[in-house]
Amino acid sequence: MTHLGFIALSYALALIVPLGFGLGAARRLSLARRRLAAIDPRAAQ
Amino acid sequence: MDAIALIAPRAGRGLHRFANPGRFLRLAGAVQPWLTGSAIIVTAIGLYWALFISPADWQQGDAVRIMYVHVPAAWLASMGYAGLALCSLASIIWRHPLADLAAAEIGPVGAGFTALCLATGSLWGKPMWGAWWVWDARLTSVLVLFFLYLGHIALVRAFDEPQRGYRAGSILALVGVVNLPIIKFSVDWWNTLHQPATITLMGAPTMALTMLWPLLVCAIGFTLVFAALVVARTRAAVMERRIRALLMARSEASA
Repeated sequence: MTHLGFIALSYALALIVPLGFGLGAARRLSLARRRLAAIDPRAAQ
Repeated sequence: MDAIALIAPRAGRGLHRFANPGRFLRLAGAVQPWLTGSAIIVTAIGLYWALFISPADWQQGDAVRIMYVHVPAAWLASMGYAGLALCSLASIIWRHPLADLAAAEIGPVGAGFTALCLATGSLWGKPMWGAWWVWDARLTSVLVLFFLYLGHIALVRAFDEPQRGYRAGSILALVGVVNLPIIKFSVDWWNTLHQPATITLMGAPTMALTMLWPLLVCAIGFTLVFAALVVARTRAAVMERRIRALLMARSEASA
């Protein structure tokens, strides 16, 4: 495969960027859900 | 004018129905697993097809495979900004709180995909053009788009009173829309090093079908990923706002 370094770096970035956002969103969501459940269990449902 | 006056309140009522935060949380909670699952599956198929099945280009060799991540990222950079502008419009006209939150959450994801577009473009440009960067109209207008995203991110978080931030961010987002046609037509209006559009709405694509199909699958996959990220972030933002409101009500009641 020609230009392997450029291709590998491009695909690595294409995985890292959405994965970083995805993990951040999942963490934020789980934290918000737990805090909401602690403050008001009815609102968390 | 009369038609707008008639249509706008109706559209507003329809949007208000879906913009109810509680209804949004229920709807988004049901859609999220399917959206995330389909995003992962379609993107994985697209990237595998692009890397291992699609042919190398007769001129560019295997470097053409960068196209399968660069082009969807570029499309989403522009489409994400269009979504941001639509939310800003809804925020200014109908004052939807959900539109404000969605706009604030689209900003970072859009900036991330624009950065991905710029980085992969640079990684494609170096072996093909012999340069990481050139100040041609397409590259420069996408860089301006990236700065518009950063400006929006900074502006909506710059005020103690969130509503002022959302208002200022909405105005910036709507002013920045002028950059979208500049990006689209920059390769036609100016003599650029960047190639003109290969796929257009009206004309036949000037690309082999063996490359077009994996590109379309990657574009659908990336779009689903973008949507899943925005929905997840907006759900978190709605919950965080509810937490703040509950805590504030509790502290006022105890005071």
